[in-house]
Amino acid sequence: MLYISRWKAFAIVATTLFVCMFAIPNLLSPSTVQSWPKWAQRHVVLGLDLQGGSHILLEVDTAAVRKEKVEQLRDEVRKVLREAKVGLVQAAVVRGDSVEVRIRPADLQQGLTKLRELSQPLGGLLSATGQRSIDIVSVGDGLVRLTWTEPAILERIRQAVDQSIQVVTRRVDELGTVEPVIQRQGVDRILIQVPGLGDPKRLLELIGRTAKLDFRMVDQTMTAEQALETRPPPESEVLYGNKAEGGRPYLIEKRVVVSGGDLVDAQPAFDQRSNEPVVSMRFNASGARRWAQATTENVGRLFAIILDNEVISAPVIREPIIGGQSQISGSFTVQSANDLAILLRAGALPAKLTVIEQRVVGAGLGQDSIEKGTSAAYFGAILVAVYMLAAYGIFGVFAVVAVAFNVAMIFGVLSLLNATLTLPGIIGIVLTIGIAVDSNVLIYERIREEIRTGRSAISAIDAGFTRALATILDSNITTFIAAAVLFFIGTGPVRGFAVTFGVGIITTVFTAFTLTRLMVMYWVRWTRPQKLAVT
Amino acid sequence: MRFHRSLPLLRLLPDDTKFDFMRFRRISFPLSAITSIFAIVLFFTHGLNFGIDFVGGTLLEVQSKSESADLAKMRATLGGLGLGEVQLQQFGTPRDVLIRVSQQPGGEQAQQAALNKIKEALGDEVIYRQEAVVGPRISTELLAYSAIGLMTAIFGILVYLWFRFEWQFALGAMVANVHDLVLTIGFMSLFQIDFDLASIAALLTILGYSLNDTVVIYDRIRELLRRYKRMPIPELLNASINSTMTRSVNTHVTVTLALLAMYFYGGHAIHSFTATMLFGVVLVGTYTSVFIAAPLLIYFGVGSFRGSAASEDEPEPEPAARKRA
Repeated sequence: MLYISRWKAFAIVATTLFVCMFAIPNLLSPSTVQSWPKWAQRHVVLGLDLQGGSHILLEVDTAAVRKEKVEQLRDEVRKVLREAKVGLVQAAVVRGDSVEVRIRPADLQQGLTKLRELSQPLGGLLSATGQRSIDIVSVGDGLVRLTWTEPAILERIRQAVDQSIQVVTRRVDELGTVEPVIQRQGVDRILIQVPGLGDPKRLLELIGRTAKLDFRMVDQTMTAEQALETRPPPESEVLYGNKAEGGRPYLIEKRVVVSGGDLVDAQPAFDQRSNEPVVSMRFNASGARRWAQATTENVGRLFAIILDNEVISAPVIREPIIGGQSQISGSFTVQSANDLAILLRAGALPAKLTVIEQRVVGAGLGQDSIEKGTSAAYFGAILVAVYMLAAYGIFGVFAVVAVAFNVAMIFGVLSLLNATLTLPGIIGIVLTIGIAVDSNVLIYERIREEIRTGRSAISAIDAGFTRALATILDSNITTFIAAAVLFFIGTGPVRGFAVTFGVGIITTVFTAFTLTRLMVMYWVRWTRPQKLAVT
Repeated sequence: MRFHRSLPLLRLLPDDTKFDFMRFRRISFPLSAITSIFAIVLFFTHGLNFGIDFVGGTLLEVQSKSESADLAKMRATLGGLGLGEVQLQQFGTPRDVLIRVSQQPGGEQAQQAALNKIKEALGDEVIYRQEAVVGPRISTELLAYSAIGLMTAIFGILVYLWFRFEWQFALGAMVANVHDLVLTIGFMSLFQIDFDLASIAALLTILGYSLNDTVVIYDRIRELLRRYKRMPIPELLNASINSTMTRSVNTHVTVTLALLAMYFYGGHAIHSFTATMLFGVVLVGTYTSVFIAAPLLIYFGVGSFRGSAASEDEPEPEPAARKRA
């Protein structure tokens, strides 16, 4: 056990140094490292708790996606049946998760055939499941019930989340922050981490809005007040103005003339006459054509600009607007015009996002944590080193050297993994020092025991290593199980702890089996101790 | 340099301790039973001081721009916001204050609104060191994941020990584990230490360390079981504990030193974490391995396999070791 062949010794030293080498970029300034090849640049990333920043977890409103999907189905059913001139007893309505329509018995077969055309096969041509997007059931008595199948809904939710991530990414990029991380979490969540952002208020304002922009005509057949008292015409609805506008009700046609999806560009600007901040925008070709047509036909009437179901303004069409240029005015400040332009450029969110977790650490606290964490680590290391030297003499030196390499290797591995170092992560490293020292203590105590049974120095060392290493393996695997569990259930800082602790356990076992043995072996070879005096 | 007799090596314990740990079980078992019951009663009467990670709500760490924070004034300002109970706590220096607001009724957005209200009320008079808002959904999930995590860890370790040792060892280690967790949770309840995600990390680390200790002793018991066929079990367990005693002491001294360094220099952010660890690792973990995990094996009938495992035996017992035992 004690003997290590020359090439093995070389391999051990080479591996150790190789892993430690990856820790080097952490010690140098980023500008020095920049000229290095990519693989050598890997380094430990400081967690948000150490460098300060914002951590925001958003949830996509999947209930709204489901609702919208059902309403879309209702509209499609109406359209298909109308176009096929199918006689109805009762028009299509949304009932729970389904759409229900009652067809005249004579037209039932024709209606069902038309409705079945709505249902698409799922998963493209290659899918052999034969599953379709809509379940159509003829309940009897002419009543037909249509329901989206679960895979179809899930597909839509997945798309909505993907789309949301894209939109959020574009909006956050507009803030000009450094290296924001935006990623999907689970099925319907989005995690945003922005290092260095100490006040996420503006960020939250930007991502908290759906930014669904519509241009629609104002229904002037009756006033909004009348509509509220009686009921609005079927093709119109009552919407309210936003706060800046005064919050008064408007009667608006449901039909959308042009929407935010038709925008090519949006920029903050100033109105040439009133010098107020406005948002000027440009439509794409089809949007411009529809807008030109609508304004030509409706000169003198009012149209409304609607953002997230609130009326921003409702101006009069003075002349046809040809060419696809338009501007929105509506009591903007420079800041709010700028924000709206950002939102319009980035596009609308497919569903509302809700903040379900928000953690912000100021830069001052992060700096404090780094300083305190490092000083605690240094103090701990020094205390442990002094004790080990006092208790084990030269073997204590071996232990301290082994532990030092151990810590360097932890940083090497963390750099290779591009892992995030958090405050609990630093604690994990300090605890690893404790465990690494324990492996040395186990070996040395075992050697001492073997000596007391009357063995010679070399045979005692040999037996001590053999037996202690088995124990070290057992005890470390059990601890590693705890660390692994922590990694899988933990998030953020706690996961950082699990990473350093888990990596630390592996490097500890490695150094106990290799470095410590190597040092003791060479020491035995050089000094040829006949008898170890240990009592 | 060799291990010279002249070298004054620090020894906290003599090498040949012969404590009768097994006899002590007549005290340690009732003691553990009583403290465990006490801990469970505490848990149900006092409960745990759950942090916002697990119950949701809003937490702010602010630093006053003046010499010291005016707690009374802040309490008056924040109390009038209609956010229910607002907890204020001096934290570290006199300038630092921790503000905790419990979860607001009205779902996820209401929590966000509470944070904004507080920040508006406090304005620019303070520096915002840290803010956290945890909504009801996340906190419920975190609590569930943590409970599942702890159980998975215990179960995983149990299975591993069962494969590596005999079932008696696995069972003994698990009883010891649960005992450690119960006592530590009782400790956290008694001192109303913040119970958050970091506490779960602390509990799992305590579990890991305590097991580490238990496994070292069990390893020795297994070894001695194979070597000494006829030694009575209590005597054998005593010998195992005594012969690993110096290692236990040295390891715990070093871990304690590391933890003390963190407790005193690590800043108040990790105070409760290290306090829990000091209690769990140093006090409970060590005690459990020696006075609970090992003596338990007597009751589980460990060593019943000794006759059948004859082929694994070492040829002859070493005389010196026998004398010691």
